[in-house]
Formats: sequence, C-alpha cells, structure tokens
Amino acid sequence: MTSVKAKTLRVGDGASAVVVPDTAPPAYKRRRKPLTFDKISFFVVFLGLPLAMYILFVISPFAQAFYYSMTDWSGFSPNMNFTGFQNYQKLFTDDIFMKAMGNNILLVIFLPIITIILSLVLATLVTVGGSSKGQIKGLRNSSFYRVVSFFPYTIPAIAIGIMWGQIYDPSGGLLNGLLTSLGMDQFKSFAWLGDKSTAMIATMFVIVWGFIGFYMVLFVAGIKGIPAELFEAARIDGAGRFRTAVSITIPLIRDNIQTAYIYMGILALDAFVYMAALNSGGGPDNSTLVMSQQLFFTAFTKGQFGLASAMGVVLAVATLIFSGLVFLVNRLTGGDKDVSL
Amino acid sequence: MTTKIASQEMKSLHFTPRKPAMTPGDKVVGAVSHTALTIWSLIVILPLLWTFMSSFKTSSEIFASPFALPSQWRFDNYIRAWSEAGIGSYFLNSVVVVGSALVIVMVLGAMCAYILARYTFPGSKAIYYLMLAGLTFPIFLAMVPLFFIMRNIGLLNTLPGLILVYVGFALPFTVFFLFSFFKSLPHEITEAAALDGAGEWRTFFQVMLPMAKPGLASVAIFNFLGLWNQFLIPVAINAAGPRVLSQGLAAFAGQMGYAVDFGALFAAVTVTVVPVLIVYVIFQRQLQGSVSQGTSK
Repeated sequence: MTSVKAKTLRVGDGASAVVVPDTAPPAYKRRRKPLTFDKISFFVVFLGLPLAMYILFVISPFAQAFYYSMTDWSGFSPNMNFTGFQNYQKLFTDDIFMKAMGNNILLVIFLPIITIILSLVLATLVTVGGSSKGQIKGLRNSSFYRVVSFFPYTIPAIAIGIMWGQIYDPSGGLLNGLLTSLGMDQFKSFAWLGDKSTAMIATMFVIVWGFIGFYMVLFVAGIKGIPAELFEAARIDGAGRFRTAVSITIPLIRDNIQTAYIYMGILALDAFVYMAALNSGGGPDNSTLVMSQQLFFTAFTKGQFGLASAMGVVLAVATLIFSGLVFLVNRLTGGDKDVSL
Repeated sequence: MTTKIASQEMKSLHFTPRKPAMTPGDKVVGAVSHTALTIWSLIVILPLLWTFMSSFKTSSEIFASPFALPSQWRFDNYIRAWSEAGIGSYFLNSVVVVGSALVIVMVLGAMCAYILARYTFPGSKAIYYLMLAGLTFPIFLAMVPLFFIMRNIGLLNTLPGLILVYVGFALPFTVFFLFSFFKSLPHEITEAAALDGAGEWRTFFQVMLPMAKPGLASVAIFNFLGLWNQFLIPVAINAAGPRVLSQGLAAFAGQMGYAVDFGALFAAVTVTVVPVLIVYVIFQRQLQGSVSQGTSK
C-alpha cells in the first residue's frame, strides 16, 4: 500500500508541474497574493494528485482504445499493424455482432420507456393518492412503499442476476412453482431463459425490476419539489387527478425524466452484468447476446484486442448518439421552455 | 420503521387537527393506489424472501417444492458457502478494496472539486470537461487498454491495482457532485479564515471540509453502492487475482452447472445482499434525500 502511494505521489508531481506556474496570478482577480509555498503545495497536491490518477486510469485508456481499434493488435506481442477502418468493416459484416447490436437496440427502445412509465405511475400514486380535499397529501404509509421499492437498487447486479436465474429455473424455480400452483400446468418445466421467444422478455423484466424503485424515488423527490399552490390551483380549476398528473406533474419534472431516460439508455447499451448472470453464453440462438458480452469474449478469450477496441468505440458512439437524441427530442418537443421553477 | 411512520402520522395530525372528509372518489383512488403499491411491494419482497428461505434448504428440498419451508433451519449451507466456496475471503477482500477506494476517492474528489469550484485559472474549464468525458464514455471502452496499463505497471490481478482503478472511475462522479456543493458555500467564510491567518491547507481541512459534510455523506453512500456492486472492472483486470465478492459470486454460480449445491448458492447470495440492505435501511433517509440532489445538478 505504501509503495503504491509513493508511486502516485511521484506521478502527481510530474503532471501538475505543468499546471501550477500559470495558475494563481493572472486570472485570479479577487485577491492578488504572492505565490507562497503554502499555495503552491496546495495546488500541486489538491489538483495534481487526483488529476494524475484520473488521467492514468481513465482518460488514457479511453484515448488508447481509439488507436487500438485501428490496429490488428493481438495483445501479447509488441507488434501491431495499422489497419485503418478494417476492424469496423469486419464488425459491420459480422452477423453475430450485428445480432448483438440489434439486441442492444431492442433494450434501448424498451427498457427506458417501460421503467420510466411504471416508476412514474408508482410515484404519482404515492404522492397524490391521498385525499383530494384540503392540503395535497401523499398516500398513507407511503414511506414504507418507498423504502421497499428501493431495495433492488441496493442489491449488487450480479446477485440480482443469479437470484432471478434461480427464480426462472424450469424445475425448482419460484415462478413455475407459482404458475403451476395457480393451475397453469403448461409451465410445469418451462425454461423461461432457455426459450428463444421468452429469454429476452424475461431478462428485461429482471432489469426493470432492479431499477423501478430508484426512479420512483427520484420522481417522488421531483414531484415534492413542485409548489403545492400549483396543484391547488389546478384543482380549483376543476382538473381531476389524471389531468393534473399529465398536465402539471409530467411537464414540471421533465428534466428528471430526461436524466432518467439517459441513465437507463446507457445501462441498456451496457447490460453486461445481467446478461452474464442470466445467460452467460448469449442465450438460445443468441437472443440475449449484447455487444458488451461480445467485446469481453473477443478481448479476453480470443485475444483480438484491436477488434475488441473497435467494438468499444462502436459502443461509445452509440451511447453518444443516444444521449444526443434524447436531448434533441426533449428540446424539439418544447423542453426547458416553461419549466424554469 | 413502524415507529417512524407512526411519528410522521402524529406530526401531520398535529398540524391539521381538522381531518378533511374523504369523498367516495378519494376512497376509490386510495384503495386502488394501495392495491397497486402492495402488489409491487410483493413483487419486490417475494423473490428476496424466497432466496432467504431457500438458503436453509438442501438441494433436494429445493427441487421437491419451491414453497415448502425447510424441514429444519440448518446453517451448513452458510458454512459451506462461507469457507468452502470462499465467500468469506471474497467478502473480506471486498471490504478492504471498497473501504480503501472509498476513503481515497472521497479525499481526492473533495480536493479536486474544491479547487475547481473555488479558483479560476487557465485550464480549469478544460479539466471540468475532462471529468465530464469520463462520465459520458462507457467503461467498456477503457477495458482493453486498462488491462495492459495495469500489466505494465505490475498491478494486474492485485488488490491495490483494483483500488486505484476504482478510485479513478469513481472520481468524476464525486467531483461533479461536490463541485456544486462547494460552489454553494459562501465566499465570506474563506475570507474570514484567511484574515484569521489560516493558510490554504488549513482553510480546506478545518473550515470547508466540515461544512461540506452533508454533501460528502451523500456521495460516499452512492460511491459505496456503486463500488460494492462493481462487476466489470474486477472480472477484466483482476481475473486471476484475489477475488472480490461480486466476482466470487459469479464464479461460484458459474460452477453450479457441474456440482449442484443450490442451497449454498442461495446462502452466498443472501450473504451478499443482507449487509447492503442493512446499511441501506439505516441510511435510507439520507440516501433518498440525496437521490434528487445528485441528479438535478
């Protein structure tokens, strides 16, 4: 541990030496003070140390990935040839990778919208389900529902995956046990994750289960931030609960919804943990294979690091395009116009 | 928990002594809301309860009936999971790695956020955007080069290596969250501290850091959850090293296809889930308050 610390300290000094000299005097208008040892050491340690670690372990790998993606590097030999966009060409003609990308697109379309609608409904029920007379009140015992709903978010994703893998188990699982005890004998040993038609839906359900509670809490906080007078005014004007939810609540927590949409979409483009836990091989007929799984396999099993880096770049570009689209749609449909509270 | 709810109800009763009359419509809406939320709560709780219950059963009991209670409450599943499957040592590794990474990232993140929020200098905007980039790109993009960076500095498959990488990837979130927090603290206080003769170091550690405590607590909870649940980084750069819990759990489940010990698997999942749930129930008020802060800024 000490040797590690010493190492980063040294790296820190080196990187921040460039930053420090032009820091204090020119742009700092409020108080002009001579550079003291106190100030210099303060900047070197406070800015240099975190920044050096961040650049070494986060930024430089990101940058290197773009370069590796244009080589045929196999990793363990120092030689690599620059091959331009050949890896990308290979990816876009590779049926398995295209299938994985298609699955990611499915996830990106359905996961955010299902999660957000369900959590919005639950958040609305919790906050405005109470009496319609007098003060706006939440539902009784609403904090119980909130605490319980948040449980899945605290559980490690891998544990969620393993748990649901057992629940979906054809013979000893909870789900088939429940269904057969309700008289549906056709599910006696139905393999939810082993059947092409249900594997993806079953997997999506698990991810949705894990995140509804988190977004519900987020939306509840957003709804509580809306001034009560607005709800009162709407009520006096004769708006019912449904009308209030659609015309008041949703426009006013629009920014929260946008944030939720982006987070959930980024998760859908990754989805590695859930897929690895539920169907590590990609599922029946690759029906739950996603790009991240293919990347991991290509890199750490097949050793094709150049190709795997190209997959990483495709993933990154997809993430950026997705976030950009969400911002654009929100802007075009009138976001951040009348919501400055 | 129940006492908390009770006291809340008391409070609201106290402030609105005249209970508004419930219209029939209200009753219907209330009943529907309660039904929907109860169903949802069951969907959350049942799988957890079932996992907990199954962790006391033998494999044959699990297959005989998914619902039946275990014939006796035996703990050998836990003992097997803890020692034979190695969950105990994985748990300890996780505590060490997450604990160290958390302390380091909170200190470094607070320092970096403080400088960025409180001083303007050429390049400060650039650093800010560099942090944003780290939040935007998927971790997957970094995995291949990171693997070789770790190998070159000799920290591949070691816990210190894992700690450093955890710190790096938790840093941008920490800085962003604390940036807005330090920005909101009044400038007069720094000036007062400077007039009283405190240097930059002293101002930070004795004046600003204590004032930022609520923000620090929220970030620490989120970072704890994020790092404790981290799966991809350990399987990529620590595949042959001493395993952390998430990684060990996956490996244990992966062997399951060959040597079926489902009771122990359920016990292992329970051991993973319960500590985090306890931490959550203790800190839930803090956490729920900070969900909105963390995402709206």
